[in-house]
Amino acid sequence: MTTRGFGEPVKRVEDPRLVTGKGRYVDDIGDDRTLHAAFVRSPHARARIRDIDPFEAYEVDGVVAVYTWDDLAGPAAEPLPLLIPHPDLTHPRTGYALARDAVNHVGEAVAMVVARDRYVAEDAVALVKVDYEVLKPVVGLRKAAAAEELVYDDVPGNAAAVSTQAYGDAATAVAQAPHRLTFEWDIERSACMPMEGKGVHARWDRHEEKLTLWTATQTSTGVRGAVSAKLGLDLTQVDVVTPDVGGGFGVKIVHPWPEEIMVPWASMRLGRDVKWTEDRREHFVSSAHERAQLLTVDVGFDDEGRVLGMEVDILHDHGAYIPYGLIVPINASTQLLGPYKPDAYRVTFTSLYTNTVLVTPYRGAGRPQGVYAMERTMDRIAQYLGKDRLAVREANFIQPDEFPVDFGLMFQDGRPLKYDSGNYPGLADKLRALVGWDEFEDFRAQARSEGRRVGIGLGFYVEGTGPGPYEGGHVQVLTSGKVKVATGITSQGQGHQTAFAQIVATELGVPFEDVIVTTGDTRRFGYSVGTFASRGAVMSGSAIALAARKVRDRTLRLAADALEADPGDLEIVEGQVQVKGDPSTAVGIGTVAVLSNPLRYAFDEASKAATQFSGGPVDYSQPPIAPGDKPGLDETDYYSPPASTFAAGAHAVIVETDPDTAEIHILKYAVVHDCGRMVNPRIVEGQIHGGVAQGVGGALYEVMAYDEAGQLANASFMDFLMPYVSEVPTSIEIDHLETPSPLNPLGIKGAGEAGVIPTSAAIAAAIEDAEGIPIVRMPISPSELFDLRRAAAYPEPVVNTMPGTASTRWVDPASLPAAPTTESEDRP
Amino acid sequence: MKTSKFTYHAPRTVAEALDTLAEHSVDAKVLAGGQSLVPVMAMRLAAPAHLVDINKLTPELGDLEVTGDGVRIGALVRHARLERDADAAVRVPLVGQALRHVAHPTIRNRGTTVGSLAHADPSAEMPVVLALLGGSVVARSVRGERTIDAADFFVGPMESVLGYDELAVSAFFPAVPGRAGTAFDEITRRHGDYAMCGLAVVAQLDEADRFTSLRLAFVSVSDVPEVVDLTDDVAGTPYTDVDHAALGDRVRELVDPAGDLHASADFRRHLAAVLTQRLTREAAERAAGVAPGAAATAGTAPTTRGGRA
Repeated sequence: MTTRGFGEPVKRVEDPRLVTGKGRYVDDIGDDRTLHAAFVRSPHARARIRDIDPFEAYEVDGVVAVYTWDDLAGPAAEPLPLLIPHPDLTHPRTGYALARDAVNHVGEAVAMVVARDRYVAEDAVALVKVDYEVLKPVVGLRKAAAAEELVYDDVPGNAAAVSTQAYGDAATAVAQAPHRLTFEWDIERSACMPMEGKGVHARWDRHEEKLTLWTATQTSTGVRGAVSAKLGLDLTQVDVVTPDVGGGFGVKIVHPWPEEIMVPWASMRLGRDVKWTEDRREHFVSSAHERAQLLTVDVGFDDEGRVLGMEVDILHDHGAYIPYGLIVPINASTQLLGPYKPDAYRVTFTSLYTNTVLVTPYRGAGRPQGVYAMERTMDRIAQYLGKDRLAVREANFIQPDEFPVDFGLMFQDGRPLKYDSGNYPGLADKLRALVGWDEFEDFRAQARSEGRRVGIGLGFYVEGTGPGPYEGGHVQVLTSGKVKVATGITSQGQGHQTAFAQIVATELGVPFEDVIVTTGDTRRFGYSVGTFASRGAVMSGSAIALAARKVRDRTLRLAADALEADPGDLEIVEGQVQVKGDPSTAVGIGTVAVLSNPLRYAFDEASKAATQFSGGPVDYSQPPIAPGDKPGLDETDYYSPPASTFAAGAHAVIVETDPDTAEIHILKYAVVHDCGRMVNPRIVEGQIHGGVAQGVGGALYEVMAYDEAGQLANASFMDFLMPYVSEVPTSIEIDHLETPSPLNPLGIKGAGEAGVIPTSAAIAAAIEDAEGIPIVRMPISPSELFDLRRAAAYPEPVVNTMPGTASTRWVDPASLPAAPTTESEDRP
Repeated sequence: MKTSKFTYHAPRTVAEALDTLAEHSVDAKVLAGGQSLVPVMAMRLAAPAHLVDINKLTPELGDLEVTGDGVRIGALVRHARLERDADAAVRVPLVGQALRHVAHPTIRNRGTTVGSLAHADPSAEMPVVLALLGGSVVARSVRGERTIDAADFFVGPMESVLGYDELAVSAFFPAVPGRAGTAFDEITRRHGDYAMCGLAVVAQLDEADRFTSLRLAFVSVSDVPEVVDLTDDVAGTPYTDVDHAALGDRVRELVDPAGDLHASADFRRHLAAVLTQRLTREAAERAAGVAPGAAATAGTAPTTRGGRA
């Protein structure tokens, strides 16, 4: 049997090519005849456009065209689509491909210049004169909620949606509980920041009347549908290809971006290849951000810390437009529950417009915020009761024998929030050992004797992964014996080629090396939804496995004829079909592929065997292709799940804070992870590493520094601080649980987002534990920790907050003088 | 993020470079390592019409010379070369101590130390080192050559006294005479970032380990490098008797930093005090020939990093 099949830690076959500079990205496509686009972008957060004068831009040598909204007609001139409507989304607003008569955030595309090269295009962009009537912008959640200014005059309260879900009578449960606490948790904006920004290259073939679009997207079929609708083309006239894509993390699932409309539109108009490659500044101000939420929690619990009732109100900042609907706040409000099931729960979110870049899913997609609120609430319940933080969680866990668990709530896929399987106490047991939870007080005492401050924190999460509606897979055995696999989802670096090849190698019985996978190319597979919500392995992996099983059955049937054996007596080993245990009977699956396709003409030696005079035994009573059968050795199948499958995990972190400089260092990071059966543990761990790195960024470094005028003051990698490798824990200790999903043929659950989800919760808890100062807002910088220390009037190292130890000392947040960082409405 | 149009000049001699600078004056910029200038041009925050690339002038500008007085470097000496020069490290240790904090190794491989001085960024390390050591820059133009003392060289954030037609051809970092010790450290958000606060210290002791001078200069605290002279606070006192925390408090009163996205003004002031407490001791211990930290008490020792629970 192949040693590189399902479950093996196979090294990613993509990597040698990608790390030696042989990747091929959108920007690598085209030649010196390609025209380049650049966009005039709004310098104002909110303004009316009085006039656009492109005259001077046309004077620049090399400028081919300058376009504004006035040049558009038909569907292209209408607002961009609302991708995910929802009954509660009562006031949806989306932007235009080019701003029509108003701009609502800095960076919004106002005009498009097409020129000989990008240098010339940028020269001309600077010369397009736009006359703006500047209006007062709405920036920040509290300002949006106060609604003293409105982003849109016809959207009262700046609210696109107010949505409530509940089970039980939460208000009564909270009121009647033995203990009650209220909190306000606060999370700042961050963003996906893939190393490759967006990019579009369009080629209109006026003879074929076909458009080929290369775009750095997470959904090639989605872009195809949107572009054909906007440009008035039949679906069959548009092919969308994703070459290598340098990361997505969510931002590239949004479509169509204005540039995905305008670049092909210009190509059709000019009859030339046109391309646009987003630069980093554009990515900061004209793509998408995420995370910013204020979560108010009112919780009632018993003496053991069991949550009897919980009421949550979420203010969600979705920016200037809401093309992706309510996915992020739905995730936050439902996945907040994590591995717990309070007796009664009510959550209401209000999704608010602000004059800032739109907010769409970023890895985790609302879950980090919800988990932050729940896990920090668990910490505070433990603190209030003087109990161990892990013990309080254990008192609230859903137990392994309770599955499936239906909450009576609706999840982001429009289906019931129903956990399929899980083992949360098992996660806790493993985490306790992995991080050394029970030994931590000894470590703290030792550190304290050296004048050092350390703290420990943890966070649990449950993540709905692999939502439908469907994905498909096509598996084809070539006469060479190679196996070609195609699926519609796109790849942004996940290792799909490796993981899907492992699945096919195992299901079909062929060498891993012989399997070649294509993703995200509508020319190869036209039906697909996209890559998001940790669904690639679950959805396309399952579909490919089903298709491979069909190919296997067909291979055995065809080979049975050739070998004059019963299909049930045959097996496929390393690409050879043979009578079980008898290699002397082996026939290569390439030969079976030859025989599967009766030929009139021989093209090569191999195909001679399939021609009409080749001399094999023939039953002349039967046609060459049996009724109901088909030529070729390939099959397509689809996987459409009844519901999402729910992965889970737990993180713990030990931090050290410098008593003098307030620097925060991560000493140890531990992850216990359950994504069902693992296709490839190495890839799963790589996903965890990357997620934790982004989680550390969100916890300690990344903010979107909007000022009151709606200007993003840190729109570069100099001032937007993504963690370097030097800021990420040098080792992330990982342990796995494998609780199979009953919902799909492989028993797998999604793994892509797990690393990022509870990171802010765990790190905030650890800092709080080290400092003895309540940590409410994340991320936190040394400067902010310094402010909190001063506000809490703790010049000296503070004793720990670990419950159950003699030195516990806690300060009621309400008794603290207000710290500047928690009082101000918006961050600087 | 593409530069605006410019004419590229690659002179073969310094004389030719100076002619080009004289001809284009305010419209010209000198390109050495390009680690600051090129990103700024790509973002169109600078749009020089003429770029004078001096990288072919290594024969004239590539010398690194260590003498009894100090270290002289030509305009094309890269940070990395100066950082690794063993003789320079012995003669003027502060240079190497600071260079390790200049951005990342890849940037130091390309960036030049003289270029960093000419760029005059108040968040840069090497202008502070030059100011604290009382070094100088040699500038040449078609008008002639002049030597500019560090105290006169920096006039504002990102602004030096170099004329538009002048090329900074070399810089000199003098050695500190006598029983001297130096120290450098900085606090950054991420490894290699511009410092929220950095500090260079020169301490001099007499034969009885009494301070004869104690001078400091801070990174990211003032618009131009300023030397804070604490000699009067400590002169004649054995370094082991000095209250370093009190020196920190003294600095807290003396500095007046601005706040930005990464550190509030108060936090910067606090870090200046913390670094003062740590580094005045470290520099003095080096002057006395004691391994830094050996005499420190547990309570003020730098936090051990990277330990494992």
